[in-house]
Amino acid sequence: MKKKLISLLTVVALTVAALAGCGSSAKNTDESTTTGEETTKTSTVKAGFIFLHDENSTYDLNFMNAAKEACDKLGIEYVLKTNIPEGQECYEAACELADAGCNFIFADSFGHEDYMIEAAKEYPEVQFSHATGTKAHTENLDNFHNAFASIYDGRYLAGIAAGMKLNEMIDNGEITADQAKMGYVGAFTYAEVISGYTSFFLGARSVCPSATMEVTFTGSWYDETAEKEGANKLIQNGCVLISQHADSMGAPTACETAGVPNVSYNGSTVNACPNTFLVSSRINWAPYFEYAMGCVADGKAIDTDWCGTLENGAVELTELGTAVAEGTQEAIDAAKADLIAGKIHVFDISTFTVDGAALESYEADVDTDADYTPDHEVVIDGYFHESGEDFRSAPYFDVQIDGISLLDTAF
Amino acid sequence: MSEKKKEPFFHIVKRDALPWYSSLGIRIAAIVLALILCAIVTTITTGINPIQVFVSIIAGAFGTTRKTWITLQNTAILLLISLALTPAFKMKFWNIGGEGQVLMGGLASAACMICLGGKLPNAVLIACMVAASIAAGAAWGFIPAFFRAKWNTNETLSTLMMNYIATQLVAFFTIVWEVPKGSGKIGIINQNSNAGWLPQVFGSKYLLTILVAVIITIFMYIYLNYSKQGYEISVVGESENTAKYVGIKVPKIIIRTMVISGAICGLVGLLLVGGINHTVTTTIAGGQGFTAVLVSWMSKFNPLIMIFSSALIVFMDRGAGEISTAFGLNHSYSDILTGIILFFIIGCEFFISYRIQFRKKAEKEAK
Repeated sequence: MKKKLISLLTVVALTVAALAGCGSSAKNTDESTTTGEETTKTSTVKAGFIFLHDENSTYDLNFMNAAKEACDKLGIEYVLKTNIPEGQECYEAACELADAGCNFIFADSFGHEDYMIEAAKEYPEVQFSHATGTKAHTENLDNFHNAFASIYDGRYLAGIAAGMKLNEMIDNGEITADQAKMGYVGAFTYAEVISGYTSFFLGARSVCPSATMEVTFTGSWYDETAEKEGANKLIQNGCVLISQHADSMGAPTACETAGVPNVSYNGSTVNACPNTFLVSSRINWAPYFEYAMGCVADGKAIDTDWCGTLENGAVELTELGTAVAEGTQEAIDAAKADLIAGKIHVFDISTFTVDGAALESYEADVDTDADYTPDHEVVIDGYFHESGEDFRSAPYFDVQIDGISLLDTAF
Repeated sequence: MSEKKKEPFFHIVKRDALPWYSSLGIRIAAIVLALILCAIVTTITTGINPIQVFVSIIAGAFGTTRKTWITLQNTAILLLISLALTPAFKMKFWNIGGEGQVLMGGLASAACMICLGGKLPNAVLIACMVAASIAAGAAWGFIPAFFRAKWNTNETLSTLMMNYIATQLVAFFTIVWEVPKGSGKIGIINQNSNAGWLPQVFGSKYLLTILVAVIITIFMYIYLNYSKQGYEISVVGESENTAKYVGIKVPKIIIRTMVISGAICGLVGLLLVGGINHTVTTTIAGGQGFTAVLVSWMSKFNPLIMIFSSALIVFMDRGAGEISTAFGLNHSYSDILTGIILFFIIGCEFFISYRIQFRKKAEKEAK
């Protein structure tokens, strides 16, 4: 009996200690998230943000950090709503935010768009913005806006880091020139993904002419297991460098385990993958939030379709990892300057072919409709105008170029 | 600690049936204890005043008119699925396929909206949707019931597996109907024409679901307790052999009950797609097909108690969203609180059926 009592007491003591340990660490993180709301409110703007997941998703975390940064900078009160699915819940969340007095409401996921439009119709005096959407320019609502960025520029620059790494491997004799095959884990065969991997590939091939690429799709924007398996499959297929367009840590961690260099997205993954992380491109949403909330404060109209660029700081590369090849920073800086100056274009039709021929003309499906009707000629002045000024900010480059093979197109 | 004969510290003794006020008292005590434990856990792990957390849970569910409506609507959906599963459970038929039956109903109504939208007058279209979704849900209930009735297959497995088939079918049609191409989502169907959108009742977009739930609750209460078919279900549930002996055709009852079960689930799919979301996704049922199993059993298959059980679960879920927004806590935190509360509620059933007799008391009684 005594023994039992003693062991019971020990267990209780251990549990309390463990709980107390959790308690103190949890407290710390809470403080860091609420400090933003402690600052003095000077603005007439109250912002509400809707996120598909929470901070465990690299995609949403990128938006959250930018939202907090912009609101703190402008002294704006804000509410964050996480884990809002792409359904009626999004409409409800937007309406609840409007009911709570928010006059700027933002949603971060592609599938939120239709529900934001419904909410925008119901609250004409509130400004609704939606990232990655395609409908604002045809919806004709004064208070519904899309935003995106020319992330293909960032992917192109990240591709240069990848190409330099391939060259280093070739020079070291680790692979031959024709083994310079990269792998890419995509979510869907959606234009945003196609535009992303194509620009990444073109960046890599601009420095490593023998580069080829294989792409696999997971059918989900966030599926850690599928992304990990996709990366492993590509590595087994002989890919010597991996990049991804999906939101979990699946692909980067698979690369770290296998010791294969990885070009990341949405933010640096150097902490989890110190040995294999090369660089990551990301959209910095803070410039957009500052711009849009500034417009609300000043009573000005927000652009229907805002497109961030390298120049206005919306498209960024993170710091390079230690695994990059020598001279990468210089090569990226030079290309970045040329892109900003308009000396080079990512989708220059002289740099790629489609079925062996140059892409002289292309009608893209810019205005979203259920039949995917192509409606705008987008090859002008010798390059494909992605996220072009008169079209829309969300990507519409959906061409399969030579040199990239798709392993599965079920999604 | 020096007894002559070893006697356990306490005994567990079966209780006689408790009067209703005592069993209600035990349940209330369980909820109060659960809330106290939640408060302690909250204070230890987050340092936030638990009263504030409880206040914001209530605010999350009932803080504004809109929030109250949404809470009622979500309760109605969960209640409907629970009601749908109940006849099957009462028959001791393990229907854990509610999720799939709801999805099939939803898929059928989405198919009508997409393929027939704009081609038929709206009233005819809605009639098609109602028929199609109920038929689809019923079919998804019929298949496992048929195999069970004919060849005595294990319905727990087959209903569960039917969920995955339904999910994959929805995933397949999502790719067929996706807009824009490659995006993997359908988006709001007929957003501009509103073709096939279920009508608003008295100008409220939330009321229709609630009214349907009220009607089905009353129907199910009468059906289970006062109809011949309801009685047959109880007999089959108590003992299949007894049922056979008194001349009930067991296979017929199994199939009929599962068709009703599936049909109501299909109706929920219609409400979710035609009335609420206006789109179909693989996650539209949101796991409620499984939560409903809990609701149904927790309520001992009584439709009236199910109202409270489903309201409690939805209330906690709505509150969960609010505390994650208000305190920057992760959504999982409120799942922990819900878990604690459910644990106490289910656990208290033990103390309603049994009582604990401690040693000293037992000795006294022996004297």
